[in-house]
Amino acid sequence: MKFWRLPLDAEAHTIPHGKVNIIWNRCKGCGFCIEFCPNSCLKESKHFNAKGYHPPEVVLQAEDCVECGLCSLICPEFAIFTELKEAKEITEEDIQKVTIRYSRKDKRYQKR
Amino acid sequence: MADKDVLTGEHFIHGDAACAEGGIASGCRFFAGYPITPATEVAERMARRLPQVGGVYIQMEDEIASMAAILGASWGGVKSMTSTSGPGFSLMMENIGLGMMTETPCVVVNIQRGGPSTGLPTLVGQADVMQARWGSHGDYGCIALAPASPQECFDFTVDAFNLSEIYRQPVFVLGDEVVGHMTEKVIIPPREELRIVERGKPQAKKEDYLPFDFKGPMPAQMAVAGQGYHVHVTGLTHDERGYPVITDAVQERNIRHIVDKIRKNADKIIRVESVFLDDAEVVVVAYGCTSRVARQAVEDLRSRGVKAGLLRLITIWPFPSNMIRQLAKQVKAFIVPEINYGQVAYEVERTAQGNAEVVLMALMGGSIHRPDEIEESVLEYF
Amino acid sequence: MKVKLREIVPFDKEAEEKAIQKDHGLHPDDKYLKPGRIPHIWCPGCGLGVVLTSFIEGMRRKGLSVDQCAVVSGIGCTGRVAGYLDMDTYHTTHGRAIPFATGLALAKPDLHVTVFSGDGDLFAIGGNHMIHAARRNVNLKVLCVNNFNFGMTGGQVAPTTPLEARTSTTPLGNAEPGFNLPYLAHAAGAIYVARWTTFHPRQLVHSISESLGKKGFTFIEAIAPCPTGYGRPNKLGSGLEEMRYYREMSQIRNGADLRDTEIRLREKIIVGTFINTDRPDFMENYMGKVVARARAKGKGKEKGKAA
Repeated sequence: MKFWRLPLDAEAHTIPHGKVNIIWNRCKGCGFCIEFCPNSCLKESKHFNAKGYHPPEVVLQAEDCVECGLCSLICPEFAIFTELKEAKEITEEDIQKVTIRYSRKDKRYQKR
Repeated sequence: MADKDVLTGEHFIHGDAACAEGGIASGCRFFAGYPITPATEVAERMARRLPQVGGVYIQMEDEIASMAAILGASWGGVKSMTSTSGPGFSLMMENIGLGMMTETPCVVVNIQRGGPSTGLPTLVGQADVMQARWGSHGDYGCIALAPASPQECFDFTVDAFNLSEIYRQPVFVLGDEVVGHMTEKVIIPPREELRIVERGKPQAKKEDYLPFDFKGPMPAQMAVAGQGYHVHVTGLTHDERGYPVITDAVQERNIRHIVDKIRKNADKIIRVESVFLDDAEVVVVAYGCTSRVARQAVEDLRSRGVKAGLLRLITIWPFPSNMIRQLAKQVKAFIVPEINYGQVAYEVERTAQGNAEVVLMALMGGSIHRPDEIEESVLEYF
Repeated sequence: MKVKLREIVPFDKEAEEKAIQKDHGLHPDDKYLKPGRIPHIWCPGCGLGVVLTSFIEGMRRKGLSVDQCAVVSGIGCTGRVAGYLDMDTYHTTHGRAIPFATGLALAKPDLHVTVFSGDGDLFAIGGNHMIHAARRNVNLKVLCVNNFNFGMTGGQVAPTTPLEARTSTTPLGNAEPGFNLPYLAHAAGAIYVARWTTFHPRQLVHSISESLGKKGFTFIEAIAPCPTGYGRPNKLGSGLEEMRYYREMSQIRNGADLRDTEIRLREKIIVGTFINTDRPDFMENYMGKVVARARAKGKGKEKGKAA
C-alpha cells in the first residue's frame, strides 16, 4: 500500500519530535515506560543506577519520539519526562514511514 | 445576622444548651455530632442555632466520624466542636489522639453518664476523668474543665475554646448528666465583655514558615487550608516541617513538645476554687455536680464551727498537684467524693505523698452524694 | 518524681533544606510535590505512583493550582500520597479520611478536596463513612486506589480481595468475595463513578479532571498492581506483568451495568466511566434550605418585634 499524495490538510499539522529526559537515580526499574512507549523508543540500560536498578535508555532511533508523554504519565517515580524539541512539517517521507509502520514491515512496531 | 451569635441577656436554660451557646459565642461555626443521651441536647441546640449564624451543623454516622470532621473543619479555619457522652467518648479517642498529634484546636463536650459500656444512659456518672487524661494511646497533655452549673457550662465552653486556640489541641469540657440536664439561670454577657481568643494567621513567608515549633513551651501559629502554606498534617511522628520522620530523635522532640506545652504551662492553665481552705483541717476535693453537694456540706460544717474546706477543681487536667502537695502538709485528710470508683482520689493520694489521709467516697453512678454523707466523713476526723 | 530525659537533637533547618533541594525540580511535576519527599516509599512496580502522576495531570488539565486543592488521605500505602503533594495535605487516622475531609470541605467550600486513599482504608475500616458521605453528596472527590490487599502491613486480605485469591492471611485462598466498588458507590449515591487501571492513565486523567469539575461526591476506582503483597502470592508476576494482565483483560465499557463489574481472580476487568449525573450537594441543600429558612425566620421575628 502506498499513499499517492500528502493529506489535504497536511499544512495544518506538524509532527512533534520529543526529547526524552531520564532522571537516572530516581528510577526503580519497573519497566512500564519501556513496555508501553507506543513508538518503542526506550530499552533497558545495561548499567545500574545508584539504587541498583536498570533505568531505561533511549534507543538509537530516538527521533521516533513524538512527545506523547505516556512515559511521563505511566512512570510511578517521576523519573522520566519528554520535552518538545521541534515540530516538523509533514513531508511525503513521513507518510511513507507511517505506511511502513502500518504494514508492519518494521519489526519494532510489531506486536510483542 | 452577626448579632445572633452572642445572645446577651438572662436565660433559663439547661447545661447542655449553655454549652452550645458558649460554643457559638466563642465563634464556633461547625458542629459534628451523633445523638447520645445525655448530650443530645447540645446537638439539638446547635442544629437550631448554627444555621442562624451561618454555621454548619452536620450529624455524622458515628462519633468517630464526628471527631474526625471537627478536626477537618478546624484545619479548614473554622472553630469547631462536638458533644458526646461515655460510649461516644470512647469512640472519639482515636481521633482525639490525631488532634493531639497534629495540634488541632477544637472542643469536645463530654456530658458524663454511668459506665462502662452502655451503663446508665440517663443517669449521672463521673467516670470518664481518667479516660479524658489517658484515653488515647501514647503520651499527650490534657486540658479538661469541669462545670458545676449551667452558667459554668457556658463560661467553661468559652474558656475551653480559648485554651484550645492558645495551646492548639482538643480541650474537653467534662460535664455530667446532672449539670447537663439542670436548668438554671444563665447570664450571657455582652459581646465586649467576653474574652475570645481568635485564631491568628502566620506572618512568616512560606519558605521560612514552620508549621510545628517544638522549641518553646508554646505551639507555632497554625496555618489552615487555603492560606498557601501547603502544610502537611500527619498523625505520624513528624518534624518541624510536618514531614513524617520515623526516628527516635524526632519522636523525642515531637512528643515532649505536645506533653510539655501543657506541663510547662500548667500553672497558667490550672484553675481551682478554694472555699475555707486557709485554716481547714479536712479538705473536700470535688468537681462537677459533686462539688455543689460538697459546698453545701462544707458550709453546714463551718456554721457548726468545724474547720472543713473545699477544693473545687475547675480544671481536672492539668491536675493541681502542687497545691494538693502543699495542702497535704497542713491538713489531716482529704475527702474525695466522686461518682466513680476512684479516679481523682488516686491522683489526690499520689500527690499527697502520704502526708495526709485520703478518703474516697465512691458512688458507682446513677445518684449524687448527700451532704450529710460528706459531713459524716469529715466529722470522723474531729 | 525526678525526670531524666535524653538530650534533644535540635532541628537543623539549613541542613534539611540543603538536603531537600538537592534532587528537587528535575522533573516538571516536581512543582506539585513537596521538596525532598521523592523518592517515595512505594515498591518497584507499584501502581500508586501512576495514579499520583495522573492526579497531578488531571489537576493541571482542569487548570487548578495547588492553592485551590487539598488532599486528605487515610492510612496505608495510598495514605502516604498526602505527604508527597505540595498543597494542604492531611494524613489522618485509618479509615477516617472521608469524615475528616467532610469537615474540611464544609468549613471551606471553595476548596477542591480530594480523598486519596486505598481500598482497605476506604472500604474496610472506613466503609461506613464512605457510604454516608456518598449519601449526603458532600463535595468530595474520592480517588480509591485498589490493589486488592492491605499492602502496608504486608499483603493481608482486604474487602476487595477476590474469592479464592491468596494473601498472607488467606494462605489457602480467600473464602469471601470482594466488594464491587463502583456498584457500591453508585448505590450509596455517588454522582460520578468510574474505574480505570494504571494501564489506562490517559482515561484516568480524563476521569479525574472531569470529576474535579463536578460538585458533589465522585468516586473513581484506580486499579493498581501490588507485586509485593498481591502479585506474589497469586503468581501474577511483577508489576509489569500485572500491567500486561490489565492490557489483556480490561474491557472498556462506559455506562456499563454496574451489576456486571465485579472483579474475579484472573478474569476480565470492566473499566470505564459508569455514572455521570448531578444532584444538589450537601452544601447546596444546607445553605439553600436550612440556612435560608433560619434567615427568613429571623427576619420575620425582627419584623414582628418592630410591629
